[in-house]
Amino acid sequence: MPLTLKACATVAEAAAAMTGERGARYLGGGTLVMRDVNEGDLSFSTLVRTGDRALTRLETSGQRILIGAGFTYAAILAERELSFLHPVARSIGGPAIRNMGTIGGNLFAPSPFGDFATALLALDATVQVQGGYSPREIAIEEFLASRERNQSALVLAVSLARPASPEAFRYLKAARVKPKGGAVLTIAAHVPLSGGRVSGARIAFGAMGATPLRAKSAERALEGRPIDAPSIAAAAAAALEGLSPVDDALASAWYRREVAGVHLRRLLGGGS
Amino acid sequence: MLELRREYFADERDDNLKEIGKGTQRQDMLGHVTGASTYFNDHKLQGMLHLKVLRSPHSHARIRRIDLSEAERSPGVRRIIRGQDVPRNLNTLLSLINFGIDDEPTLAVDKVRYKGEPIVAVVADSHREAFEAIAKIRVDYEPLPTVFDVEEALKAGAPVVNETYPKNTFTYHERYDHQRLRFGDVERGFAEAYHVIEHRYQMSPIEHAPTETNGSIAAPDTNGRYVVYTSTQALFFSLDTCAKILDVPSNTLHFIGGTVGGGFGGKVDTLTEPLAILGAMLTGKPVRYVFGREEEMQYGPPRGAERIYLKDGVRRDGRIVARKVRAYFDSGAYTRLSSYAVVKCAAHIPGPYTIPNVYADVYCVFTNRTPATAMRGFGVTAMDFAIECQMDRLAELVGMDPMEFRILNAYRDGDMKAHRREAKNTALVECVQVAAEKAKWPIRDEFRRMSSRQGGASPAPRREAQPPAPRPPVYEAPPPPPPAAPEPAHGAARFSSVFGARRR
Amino acid sequence: MMIPLQFRHNGRDVALFVGGGANLLTVLRDQLSDFTPKFGCGQGGCGACTVLIDGEAHLSCLTLAAGVQGRSVETLDGLKDGPRLHPLQQAFMDHFAAQCGYCTPGMLMAAKALLDRNPTPTRVEVVEAISGNICRCTGYEAIIEAVLDAAQRPRARA
Repeated sequence: MPLTLKACATVAEAAAAMTGERGARYLGGGTLVMRDVNEGDLSFSTLVRTGDRALTRLETSGQRILIGAGFTYAAILAERELSFLHPVARSIGGPAIRNMGTIGGNLFAPSPFGDFATALLALDATVQVQGGYSPREIAIEEFLASRERNQSALVLAVSLARPASPEAFRYLKAARVKPKGGAVLTIAAHVPLSGGRVSGARIAFGAMGATPLRAKSAERALEGRPIDAPSIAAAAAAALEGLSPVDDALASAWYRREVAGVHLRRLLGGGS
Repeated sequence: MLELRREYFADERDDNLKEIGKGTQRQDMLGHVTGASTYFNDHKLQGMLHLKVLRSPHSHARIRRIDLSEAERSPGVRRIIRGQDVPRNLNTLLSLINFGIDDEPTLAVDKVRYKGEPIVAVVADSHREAFEAIAKIRVDYEPLPTVFDVEEALKAGAPVVNETYPKNTFTYHERYDHQRLRFGDVERGFAEAYHVIEHRYQMSPIEHAPTETNGSIAAPDTNGRYVVYTSTQALFFSLDTCAKILDVPSNTLHFIGGTVGGGFGGKVDTLTEPLAILGAMLTGKPVRYVFGREEEMQYGPPRGAERIYLKDGVRRDGRIVARKVRAYFDSGAYTRLSSYAVVKCAAHIPGPYTIPNVYADVYCVFTNRTPATAMRGFGVTAMDFAIECQMDRLAELVGMDPMEFRILNAYRDGDMKAHRREAKNTALVECVQVAAEKAKWPIRDEFRRMSSRQGGASPAPRREAQPPAPRPPVYEAPPPPPPAAPEPAHGAARFSSVFGARRR
Repeated sequence: MMIPLQFRHNGRDVALFVGGGANLLTVLRDQLSDFTPKFGCGQGGCGACTVLIDGEAHLSCLTLAAGVQGRSVETLDGLKDGPRLHPLQQAFMDHFAAQCGYCTPGMLMAAKALLDRNPTPTRVEVVEAISGNICRCTGYEAIIEAVLDAAQRPRARA
């Protein structure tokens, strides 16, 4: 069956097309879907896209920031208000990928991709989805865990809290070819301090499992403690719990397990 | 830029260099920067069809049944090609120079021997329609035990990768299952040595990863000929191979090569042309067969992995007195060029050093891996990796500077090499001296004064190792030469064969 | 169902019909006979297909052809000014910044995207600009030198 394109004026129309057609896939920036098309993926025969501006809106005035799913990494880099996300956006692709790829698409990116989704997981984002008739908000952790089943959901936007302070949000990508390409691993950590002690830590790893995953034991190791050598060591020692890296062309599962704690330690300021 | 050390060997050279040392522009550079350089795929042919192949998911399996009924009815399919459709389905690349037995099918018939081996080719109106048809092909496989390790493959009872070579080694001169080098008496050398070390070196297969993938376009041309645009690095190899596989006179084929988008040795195996041309023959239309990126990386042939055991005996004064090599070249499932790589390897041992006792056994081994091919000095580079690592270890063992150690052991003009040829025009000593100078690596005066020339200064007499004691010949007298092979139709006889003619 | 598509290709208006899932690279090469952007991977990893869409670098193999409706697409084929080479092309020649030449169209377009926005890039910025383009032959140094050199030269007509 040849591929057909359904260009929709609005997100509502696009969402309806996604749920209406069995073999439909939403096309955002194209960096993931067109790759599948080129490689002969026959699991879908309809591409759905929309230019609805709702997908590229940005709201930074309130408590939480709302970024449209259609925001490209280049667009993120152009927004001063989103400067805490710049290291993440900069680490993805070369310039062309950054002009094309969207943060909404990254939520579906298979390991070892998905750096932006990893950062969103650390920032406790919620994902706004238009499935059926009205938008719903899903916590990103739940969204990622169920994304295989939710291939026909249309992501509208992500909403996230600003990091407590610039130092509270840290990001590291270990890659073989810098800065682009799939990650050996990615770590995003939000470690806000309250009275000098960590309160509400979230540590997310990318390329260490089927989706970006939280390292909850490492979070617990930091919670309520200052970020110092002992707590960093405890977090690094607990880093692997809940993670399930696999072998791929970039690194073996063994290697990823070996270096995960080392990178976490560096990220938290513990040196090598 | 380039620095010329004209003073070296000046008397041996007619020094009227006109081009060396000057930057000269490539004749294709203007084409490259304007996009005018034409690669095989830069052609638009009316009605061009697309060929894709079904590849084995198993590393080793019997093919019990292939069911094409649904695939044949798939929209856009013009023709499906099976092994039976290939006029001469069994080939080996170097049969062109009478070296080796035809062992590799263009399309597998009863057995697959590596993961990714092509079984069926689909020619369709579009890429997607080809993929759709391939998804509808049903193949019944009976998986077989696999072997991926070169030494395991040589053990008795190992799975037989290819019945053409039942012991999983290539056969040289119809008799020998490896290449041998014998010079002097290594055991006596080891007995004399102050230190003896043995190490194992292992190299992985290496993928060329050219930016342009392998591919070709074949189209019916005038007068019953076919024009073929191809990415090949070896135009005449490819043309003659296709003439053989398709059983047509070579003047049926008009091959147009030219700019290759990166080869590095990975575009010599004639991977796509036979099927593209056959597709054009069977459909009467232009057919394009291009590897996708995953195909290129996984199923395109890599540089073959090598495992090398290197045992050296070194005297207290730093002279290597004996070198014993056991090396295995992982050819993957089929021969291609690995048989030749092993000959080159044996010819290279023991490296550019004068060692009075040398013993080497080099094997071309078949495993269920992707067949290997040429890459940048294949057969030699991995051996050098092993040798040079070992040289550093030996230097450390005798407490010598590694540069001086190499100068000490380097061959000089007039030295007898392990292949019973006199070394000529050697220059390793000077290379090491200049490298040391460039790296600001201090070496002692006496080593800076040494020379590759015959009788060039050296701290110890060059050939004071005892000449090898008379010993019975290693080989029994060779059998009489086989009757002359019939003249091949595709012109192989014009190569004066290093390999085909029997040589002592 | 074929989709009508009109866009500007190297300054010329073109109109054609494309398949719903067709990518821009295939359309440029197979339908418009512009062979300058190359297929290297189809995955976004090599950059050989790099073109400029409205002045920005894009990977044409991952770009839905139908999505460039009404936009401007530039490829290497349009870089020359008549017979005159663009400073980048001349600089690549002068620095021997190509061997097999297959990555060159993508490199030149990525470099053009950089210099059109940032006429005086630092070396780090040049490296960043070509970080999406793989070269298997040159080792990149000559390419970086060529781009830095081109930035010094008087601009051709923009």
